[in-house]
Amino acid sequence: MSQLTPDRQRQMLRQMLTIRRFEERASEGFRAGEIYGVVHAYSGEEAVAVGVCATLTDRDKIISNHRGHGHCIAKGADLDRMMAELFGRADGYCKGKGGSMHIADFKIGMLGANGIVAGGISIITGAGLAAQMDGEGAVAVGFFGDGASNAGPFHESINIAAGWKLPVVYVCENNQWAVNVPAAESVPTPNVADRAAGYGIPGVIVDGNDVFAVYEAAAAAVARARAGEGPTLIEAKTYRHRPHTERIDQPDARPKEEVARWLEPDRDPIPRLIARLQAQQGQLSDQELAEMEAAVQADIARAVAFAKASPFPTLASALDDVFAA
Amino acid sequence: MTQTQTRTLSYNDAIIEGIAEEMRRDPQIFHMSTEAPGPLAAEFGMPRVRQTPIAESALTGMAIGAAGAGYRPIVDWRLVTFCFVAMDQIVNQAAKIHYMFGGQTTFPIVFRTTVGGGARRAAQHSQSPYSMFMQLTGLKLALPSTPADAKGLIKTAIRDNNPVVFFEAGRIGGMTGPVPAGDVAIPFGQADIKRAGADVTIVALAWMVHEALAAAEELAAVGISAEVIDPRTLAPLDIATIRASVLKTGHLALADEAPPNASATADIAARIAEDPEAFAALKAPIARISGLEAPIPYSPALEDHVFPGRQRIVERVRALLGR
Ligand SMILES: Cc1ncc(C[n+]2csc(CCOP(=O)(O)OP(=O)(O)O)c2C)c(N)n1
Ligand SMILES: [Mg+2]
Repeated sequence: MSQLTPDRQRQMLRQMLTIRRFEERASEGFRAGEIYGVVHAYSGEEAVAVGVCATLTDRDKIISNHRGHGHCIAKGADLDRMMAELFGRADGYCKGKGGSMHIADFKIGMLGANGIVAGGISIITGAGLAAQMDGEGAVAVGFFGDGASNAGPFHESINIAAGWKLPVVYVCENNQWAVNVPAAESVPTPNVADRAAGYGIPGVIVDGNDVFAVYEAAAAAVARARAGEGPTLIEAKTYRHRPHTERIDQPDARPKEEVARWLEPDRDPIPRLIARLQAQQGQLSDQELAEMEAAVQADIARAVAFAKASPFPTLASALDDVFAA
Repeated sequence: MTQTQTRTLSYNDAIIEGIAEEMRRDPQIFHMSTEAPGPLAAEFGMPRVRQTPIAESALTGMAIGAAGAGYRPIVDWRLVTFCFVAMDQIVNQAAKIHYMFGGQTTFPIVFRTTVGGGARRAAQHSQSPYSMFMQLTGLKLALPSTPADAKGLIKTAIRDNNPVVFFEAGRIGGMTGPVPAGDVAIPFGQADIKRAGADVTIVALAWMVHEALAAAEELAAVGISAEVIDPRTLAPLDIATIRASVLKTGHLALADEAPPNASATADIAARIAEDPEAFAALKAPIARISGLEAPIPYSPALEDHVFPGRQRIVERVRALLGR
């Protein structure tokens, strides 16, 4: 955190706010029928994506899961093209072929969200292998959930990355639930990070709702990866504010009191960060905060306008990009 | 080096030669498998020829990630049997990733794998499941039957900007044949007429190409002139060459060691049957010569019974023509 200037800290807050407001708008659009299929909101977990991506550069790569909007925004994706993709439009990142679960921006090193739990973990490991062969010190970061940490690709990939000392950081966002399955029932060790011992790599537990704590843990893991010392498993303890998806008729097994507790300002990563910045003399005035909020709202409104102005893809485009030239 | 120079090489060696030539040409190509091929390991070594943990799912995904990051990985799953643990990465990721992300980047990958029976290796290690992959739009599929085709097609597979599954027929691995020296790449989607004929078109795959050629000899002895066509790639599939042959012969037989259910032969037969001109040209129903619908058994006589061979081709074709 010492390396983070006040400006940088405010930028991180702005990114977190942007993710929150983006998800709120996506949820609204989903309920209004403007956004189709399925939306998994990242609300409540913003500090993880933002804290980790703050340690990365454009040549570093990340991969995401089904809950991917936050990772895209934290890596610097364009809100307009993201929103257009959710709206199924021709100017979306994937020309309307992907939707919420498949947004990628390869130019900024965002290798894509993924509809398959654990599906991205081996892919990002391959990006790590590429980075190692390039020899230019780039790293690859995989985001996935507690549920994914029970799946084969997690274990196969970390085993290989550890053996080959690949520059990969595995970030498990332990929001304590996989749909309606509590991690306490499906992960047999007290922590997901404990599993790192089985592969001889560091397993680091961090408060995933404290953006600076996430930043510090990620910075150490990224430095280790850049130095050629191999991968790290970071477990960020966090919680999702929303049900598993934005579908309204969906059962939510989480105890109401538990959810309510995590929504309180002393746990919610955004009020926590605001309180912290405000406590630090002169770092965030009420007026600055109000201006930031207004600017974020304007960004989201602009993204929605862009999405709505973009045409739906032509039917002929259904056969475009089946194969690369 | 001129293209007319040829050497005699085995099918397996021809593939390795093709890979080695491509690796010399392009430093972005690298090879991963749970057992590194000796000649490639000797020439290139680490990091370009990697021997890996037995984790085919991870290797398949890693190839995708490395391809998306600018490399041209080759992964040898070895027996096709072993790729089934990587089905998510093949079906949900590799086949769709270019399209799903709107064509943002390319994923040039070759997945090598060995198919076919005949080695007394029983059900799990004797499969020919290429038609399963034909459902996966987004993958290209090659299935060479001769050393020369194997070399020419592996070079094209490596140069292609899409994921390619390169099926190597285990029965043919040691078979030798003439292979042109030098840079001879065979385009995908070009069937090869292995023997010209006038009375019946026999489309055959992999090992069955050789059985069909032997059958054609026997058929010639009874006055039947068979044309033998090897599609060489199943995706893209050169239906035009098959169609033109059917228009000429009026008879179509298809031979494959895979069982007939939802198979490559079923697909080719349907495409011919739904083409009005080709359908009108047919003077008899389409005949398919396939493996029996059973997992492959171990005991030699049983295994040989399950797989089709030249005799079954001869019988079916003679029945088809009524001679
Ligand atoms: C292989 C696979 N199985 C099941 C699903 C259905 N599914 C989607 S998200 C999810 C839960 C994932 O939990 P976790 O990894 O903890 O991520 P979270 O949703 O909590 O962010 C499941 C079971 C899937 N997409 N892929
Ligand atoms: Mg979870």
